[in-house]
Amino acid sequence: MMRFARRWLGGDNETRDVIVVLAAALLAWEVGVRLFQPSPLILPAPSAVFAAFLETPGLFMRNLGFTLGMTCIGFVLAVVLGIGLAIGIVYSRFLERTVYTLLVALNSIPKVALAPLFVIWMGTGPEPKVAIALMLAIFPIVIDMVLGLRSVDPDMLHLARVSKASSWAVLTKIRFPCALPSLFAGMKVAISFALVGAIVGEFVAGSRGIGFQILVAQGQFDTVRVFVSLLLLGLVGTILFFLVDYAERLCLPWHVSQRARHERSTERG
Amino acid sequence: MTSPAPAIAAMPYVSMDQVGKTYSSSRGPVAALADINLDIQPREFVSVVGPSGCGKSTLLKLVAGLENVSSGHVVVGGKPLDGPPDRLGVVFQRDVLLDWRTILDNVLLSIEFTRKPRADERERALALLNRFGLGGFEHRYPWELSGGMRQRASICRALLADPELLLMDEPFGALDAMTRDDLNVELAQIWQDTRKTLLFITHSIPEAVFLSDRVVMMSKAPGMIVDTIAIDLPRPRRLAVRDSAEFAGYVHRIRHHFAELGIVKE
Repeated sequence: MMRFARRWLGGDNETRDVIVVLAAALLAWEVGVRLFQPSPLILPAPSAVFAAFLETPGLFMRNLGFTLGMTCIGFVLAVVLGIGLAIGIVYSRFLERTVYTLLVALNSIPKVALAPLFVIWMGTGPEPKVAIALMLAIFPIVIDMVLGLRSVDPDMLHLARVSKASSWAVLTKIRFPCALPSLFAGMKVAISFALVGAIVGEFVAGSRGIGFQILVAQGQFDTVRVFVSLLLLGLVGTILFFLVDYAERLCLPWHVSQRARHERSTERG
Repeated sequence: MTSPAPAIAAMPYVSMDQVGKTYSSSRGPVAALADINLDIQPREFVSVVGPSGCGKSTLLKLVAGLENVSSGHVVVGGKPLDGPPDRLGVVFQRDVLLDWRTILDNVLLSIEFTRKPRADERERALALLNRFGLGGFEHRYPWELSGGMRQRASICRALLADPELLLMDEPFGALDAMTRDDLNVELAQIWQDTRKTLLFITHSIPEAVFLSDRVVMMSKAPGMIVDTIAIDLPRPRRLAVRDSAEFAGYVHRIRHHFAELGIVKE
């Protein structure tokens, strides 16, 4: 037991560091609230937030599940469509001039402001939520993927030409694997954007989801339940981000950013 | 070895006739190469030396069919060039190995671009790797290997498809002096054994003299051939040949010629 505790406390342990930091933050929050006694309408204590969650855990989890579903569907669609668009843009001058220019122009307007439009077009069901999540998530994916597909060593392409490689072989054997690190960088940004999109969709018109729960609680000045929703969102957002991070490690063991990690873990033995 | 028939011997494998290459830039056209006449005989080892920016890499890209000539003609293997010629292998200064493929898979890549490698081709790749001292490293990744080993792997990749013509663009330019010596000896040996037609670009005069049958000297802006010197040193060549008076004589002659042209200081 002592030996386990010593090993856990000494040395380099990523999970432990994260847990310690989060626990310290919650503790500081709890102590701060008890010391300064702000109105619970302004800032409830974390213990009160936890208690509120335990009152109706089923309700929160059902709504969280809905939001999570919208987020994931929007994200997956954004990845599939984004990769397709990026390949089209890299291989076609016409698509580069039209679609890419349009995307960059669209990216510079605040997309959240378009959310009401989606409700007019698609109603108040799941469709506008997925659409808004997709719209927010697709930009970083397309832009990073285009960059990745283009950042191939020109001599590598020369080699492919000398070996009479087809465009398909160049795409699958060189460009696509070369672009994977950029794609994952885009996906890490996109997963958080997709969650934002789903919540915005629920804000604008919804009857389900964590975004809707926040609106209802706000209407009742039920600050505690707003905080329950926010903490759940934070938790889910973090888990989603680390899932993408984990997928990256599985897919790119060869990449520079992963090698250092690999070497560190082998040194530790 | 059968001796080639006179008719074939008379026909160069690579023939550049009045070749010029002009690039357009924002300040107007820039002549990179002008009036290049160069014949390379089958199984001949020809090096091109010249200062940076003399267009020697451009010359290689023209022979590789990676760029089009602005004027003149290039004929490779009896056919006027239209894109990269058949049975060509190229080695660049950077090894351009793919990080996500093992050394063996990188060597097989030149075949994999067009079809699935056969079992005997895998065997050949392993034999080549062995020959270049990379036996046991075939399942390692490029980033686990030193610069010299990586460049050896990229030479194996170029040799795997058994090319008729091998083009090398300053392949040892990024390596340290000792590794470079090793690779010079290994290349001289493999050329001796396989007798590829070889066009070798370098900025090192001793390297060119050590390896070549003929050394082509280029001047810059625009790149032109100023002289061609036949190197009549015995083969097979070992590093010791560099201590001989003949070797020093060739190096001196080329350097002196460059000095006369004001390209290098003596």
